[in-house]
Amino acid sequence: MSAHAQTLANVTATRAEVEDFFYLEAALLDEWKLAEWEKLLADDATYFVPPNDVLDGDFRDTLYIISDDRERIRQRVIRINDPNCHAEYPKSRTCRLITNVRITGVEGDIVHASANFVCYRYRRYQREFSFVGTYQYKLRKTGASFLIKERRVLLHAHELGRLGSVSFIL
Amino acid sequence: MSAMSQTNGAANGRSFVIDDLKKGTFLLDREALVSQDVLRHEMKNVFAKCWIYVGHASELKKPGDFHTRRVAGRPVIFARDAKGEVRCFLNTCRHRGALICTERNGNRRRFNCVYHGWIYNNTGELARVPGDEAYTEAFDTSGLGMKTPARFEAYKDFWFMNLDPEAQNLHDYLGEAKGYIDLIVDQSPSGQMQVISGTQEYDVNANWKLMVENSVDDYHLPSTHSTWLNYMANSGVKVEPPKDATLVLPTKGLAIDLGNGHFTTDNINFRGRPVAAWIPIYGEDAKPEMAAIREELVQRLGPERAKRVCDTNRNLVIFPNLVINDGSSVTIRTFYPDGVDKMQVTAWALGTAEESEPARARRLDAFLTFYGPGGFATPDDVEALELVQQGLANWEDDRWSEMSRGMGRENEQLNSDEHHLRTFWRHWNKMMTETNGAAGEGK
Repeated sequence: MSAHAQTLANVTATRAEVEDFFYLEAALLDEWKLAEWEKLLADDATYFVPPNDVLDGDFRDTLYIISDDRERIRQRVIRINDPNCHAEYPKSRTCRLITNVRITGVEGDIVHASANFVCYRYRRYQREFSFVGTYQYKLRKTGASFLIKERRVLLHAHELGRLGSVSFIL
Repeated sequence: MSAMSQTNGAANGRSFVIDDLKKGTFLLDREALVSQDVLRHEMKNVFAKCWIYVGHASELKKPGDFHTRRVAGRPVIFARDAKGEVRCFLNTCRHRGALICTERNGNRRRFNCVYHGWIYNNTGELARVPGDEAYTEAFDTSGLGMKTPARFEAYKDFWFMNLDPEAQNLHDYLGEAKGYIDLIVDQSPSGQMQVISGTQEYDVNANWKLMVENSVDDYHLPSTHSTWLNYMANSGVKVEPPKDATLVLPTKGLAIDLGNGHFTTDNINFRGRPVAAWIPIYGEDAKPEMAAIREELVQRLGPERAKRVCDTNRNLVIFPNLVINDGSSVTIRTFYPDGVDKMQVTAWALGTAEESEPARARRLDAFLTFYGPGGFATPDDVEALELVQQGLANWEDDRWSEMSRGMGRENEQLNSDEHHLRTFWRHWNKMMTETNGAAGEGK
């Protein structure tokens, strides 16, 4: 716990609040409402998909699949919304099931939460792919809701090759 | 088609290309990309004859370190043995054929087969056979060490295997391509490059040879990667349309035939390079360190060579299936067919052994701006290759791919032409149509 966090009183959060937030986010992503999804992000938000052979590697010294700061996320959304993002045109259809939601810690105004997910993804002419993994979030409590400070997506497959590109927001 | 007289190869088989130098046209028979029969021949005439990349010595830091991987379809153990030597073993038990090592990587003195418990040292010898009193005197464990590929050689820490005992040595096989590997290794003051931890894997539902083409084909950049070009522009990197009407890309680039089926692009940089051409994406903070990196190169290599290292981008193909891109970052990429219409791609990032923490982070960040399954460009390459494979379902009624771009050009060949792609196809065609296909092609 940082010195800064120690000076703040820990916020309180319930699992139901975190679940509601996760479900809202999943709906926005599945419906491709990316502008609204970006409103869930804090100004210092990060988005990570580590490689599954070094899940606990540091992005500064490990080659990730995705390692975005807030600006890179903004650029990613611009790219995905462009019809010339060939990998996502026509867009994938996704359906996320989120479960096993847990609050794993609270540090000042930051709530650490995790959930398991299955993200079914359909591409035209292709069989469905199932991305199975765990979301690990750092959420900043803001009144009755949250802003995402960090979203980390751990994929559970032994080999990722079969899943192909991660050209949508996972 | 009447121009068969100019066709390469075809000594003992049917040619897959119509290479008409007089008319300046080059056509590829699309059967090369869809046929099971072709794939069977490739495994024999190409993958079992050529030097195939296995791994980089930096992946094996200590004695006992190992990685298991599939190389040209063969499960192998890439290991540093107890004596510190880099080794490659076929990952198959000599007893009844089971995969011996099932871990992805680790550190082991011995490899144990789970089936009947045969144990091998990491130097390859068979160390223990449970119940060995049941064998006759003819049972000789000294001849039952793990098998190795026929040949296993390295150039500057890049290790390759060859299944053909008669193959020319790696040094000669790489030929002029060595100079382009040197340009990458020159980034490091100590000459030590390092594969950075973290592996990217992505399957592509397309024939493996389409990845060879795509890795060096600069003609596709403006159309396939317009969103990446937008990202660069949004990030303050000036990407201006070419002033010279003959160019497709903002700066001039060449396609160079390196012999033996190897080739490279060689482009004047316009996109920023971690070593060491600053662009706004790296941030203001990076400027002093990047200037120092460049200065070290100038001191060590001289101004001309330093400029070559820092201000050119090169996508190098070592025939048949190793790509080393030195562009937005350095990536080692290799890929194997898993059926005619599917390949498995593995990619790593390569950095200098001594780079600082911020320089390493910058290199990896730059990598992800373009490359990999979550990058801003690779997913669109994957899509393009899959669209080709889907379109090829019509191959019998639309048989020839048109690959003549730049054939009329004398002297220099541009990166946006198809000269280098033809270099690949000519060499591949020669290997596929000769019975003793290992011979190198002159330039």
